[in-house]
Amino acid sequence: MKTYKEDRLKLLFENLKKEKRGGLGIFIAASDPNLEISLEILKRLPQAGADMIELGMPFSDPMADGPTIQAASLRALKSGGSLKRTLEMVKNFRESDNKTPLVLMGYYNPIYNFGVKDFLIKAIEAGADGLIIVDLPPEEDEELCLPAQKYNLPFIRLTAPTSDGERLPTILNNASGFIYYVSIMGITGTQSIATQNVQNAVKELKKHTGLPIAVGFGIKTRQDVADVTSFSDAAIVGSAVVNVIEKSLDANGEGNDKTIADVLALVKDLAAGVRSKKIA
Amino acid sequence: MSTINSPNTLREGPDENGHFGIFGGRYVAETLMPLVLDVEDAWKTAKSDPIFWSELEYYRKHYIGRPSPLYFASRLTDHFQGAKLYFKRDELNHTGAHKINNVMGQALIARRMGKTKIIAETGAGQHGVATATACALFNLECEVFMGAEDVIRQKPNVDRMRLLGAKVHSVTSGSATLKDAMNEALRYWVSKADTHFYIIGTVAGPHPYPQMVRDFQCIIGEETKEQMFEAEGKLPDTLVACIGGGSNAIGLFHPFLDDDVEIIGVEAAGLGISTKQHAASLTGGRPGVLHGNRTYLLQDNDGQITEAHSISAGLDYPGIGPEHSWLFETGRIEYVSATDNEALEAFALCSKLEGIIPALEPSHALAYIKNIISPLPKDHIIVMNMCGRGDKDLEAVIPRLEEMDLL
Repeated sequence: MKTYKEDRLKLLFENLKKEKRGGLGIFIAASDPNLEISLEILKRLPQAGADMIELGMPFSDPMADGPTIQAASLRALKSGGSLKRTLEMVKNFRESDNKTPLVLMGYYNPIYNFGVKDFLIKAIEAGADGLIIVDLPPEEDEELCLPAQKYNLPFIRLTAPTSDGERLPTILNNASGFIYYVSIMGITGTQSIATQNVQNAVKELKKHTGLPIAVGFGIKTRQDVADVTSFSDAAIVGSAVVNVIEKSLDANGEGNDKTIADVLALVKDLAAGVRSKKIA
Repeated sequence: MSTINSPNTLREGPDENGHFGIFGGRYVAETLMPLVLDVEDAWKTAKSDPIFWSELEYYRKHYIGRPSPLYFASRLTDHFQGAKLYFKRDELNHTGAHKINNVMGQALIARRMGKTKIIAETGAGQHGVATATACALFNLECEVFMGAEDVIRQKPNVDRMRLLGAKVHSVTSGSATLKDAMNEALRYWVSKADTHFYIIGTVAGPHPYPQMVRDFQCIIGEETKEQMFEAEGKLPDTLVACIGGGSNAIGLFHPFLDDDVEIIGVEAAGLGISTKQHAASLTGGRPGVLHGNRTYLLQDNDGQITEAHSISAGLDYPGIGPEHSWLFETGRIEYVSATDNEALEAFALCSKLEGIIPALEPSHALAYIKNIISPLPKDHIIVMNMCGRGDKDLEAVIPRLEEMDLL
């Protein structure tokens, strides 16, 4: 059995510690607005300053996402996006980048439909470094979390403001890679974060786990990124990036060179945020 | 799992994690988990509290109008010249369908939890109207999510909800139908966790909903059993009900699962199963995960959920309750389908011969009965769940019946 060995996430968080800064994670939906542009953006994200990439596997019914990422998912599917194609994108990305961690994020049905074992083998082969599957809570660990562990592939858990002391041990059991702290009660891209609350929550979370903690949902600006990485290990920006893609589309909904340039410009700006404040 | 595999009963599911065999479960985001666990706790407590049941019994009797009659459809029986046909008259409930049976139970649980605001999803609007009704009665704020397409198709029900004091959210995301209304209701619920209770309208969603909704709908089958003994002194031979999500069907079927009774569920075949324009998840779908549970779904090769089609908005859903998926795979229930046109013919026939205008949903059940009833012996007894009245459907049905020369 060929298991996952690269440990790119672990190496990243070790390096960030040495550099005394937090990391920047960037989310894009694979094949949004089409394969060609999406792949070009993906390949150029590290150079623009993304430390880690979350590649969304498009799904028709993204239950935990706001209108922005829902629309991205539908654009991707309309342009021919599929789980198979997402895995091909990862493979393609790895041809030019063997360092930047790439985590696959999405919903369970396309994976279940693909076949869990087959998916794990192909994801590892392609060069993915972890999975974030939104609709698989610890109660359903047997589905994918435990099989992923057998292959040594990190299965990243989400915790939320409602994850209290009673709930946390259940969530943290079987967690690996890092912890994704969902900073708002709601869906992606809809509200802005209340930094102080998030800081308190991360502080509390650190008492329960030694894993790195990344914060996502509601992080939009360079300032947000700077604030959040002053007390956490990474900030993840999704909807703000996808928004830029949406805004750059022409009247027919087609992407263009401006799509790529605008996304990279935003990422550069956000990347300055993780380098502006040292971790205390 | 041990309870489910017990050879003596099919009625003890789900297991403690909400699984009916491989179906059911709790496939929701961590942000929703605490809410779902709270509902489960509240439901468990209520279930073992006699005060809860006596309160529900009061509203069943005095507000919903239960028990609903078990009616011998003599003219249809004469017409078909075969088995005896009975209707369980759940269309006579307050608000005109079986939906209120479930809503009243969940609204009482919401009150016990101290929730003051209610969310619901609706397709045809029947569950939305039932929820708005209970909220008016209990002075709860009510917000109903409805696909933008359905808001147009079902305007009378939108007006009823507004009149009852509910706010109707028109959902434009995705395909703007029932599945998207449910996505949107779940999204909204996450952001309003402290104050809101989500009343799901069918036997789907994360555990404990499929079980809880079933238990509230089982009153249909329990009454039927008693009434049938009174009328005929025996069990019926065949039960038939239509299936979208499957709440009226499981309500009739569940109390009979361990009895020697043939059980048939009728899905909506739309324009025909081979056209792909249908809503028959069991006949034309395969297992997948959506809206918090594993069940049979209409989906493409990539696991993307596809559009359902049925003339009946109440059956127009690409999934089905997980317990039905399990009963399908165990073979205990036979699942068949009826097309739009077959349902329309049954709609017209029932109106003319019985003076009962059925909803399009149970018209599917009657359409299937039409195919099997005539060769059956005269002492064979069929019970069909007449789960809704058809007034809401007239706008869609009349032009079609004229086209078909049935009016």
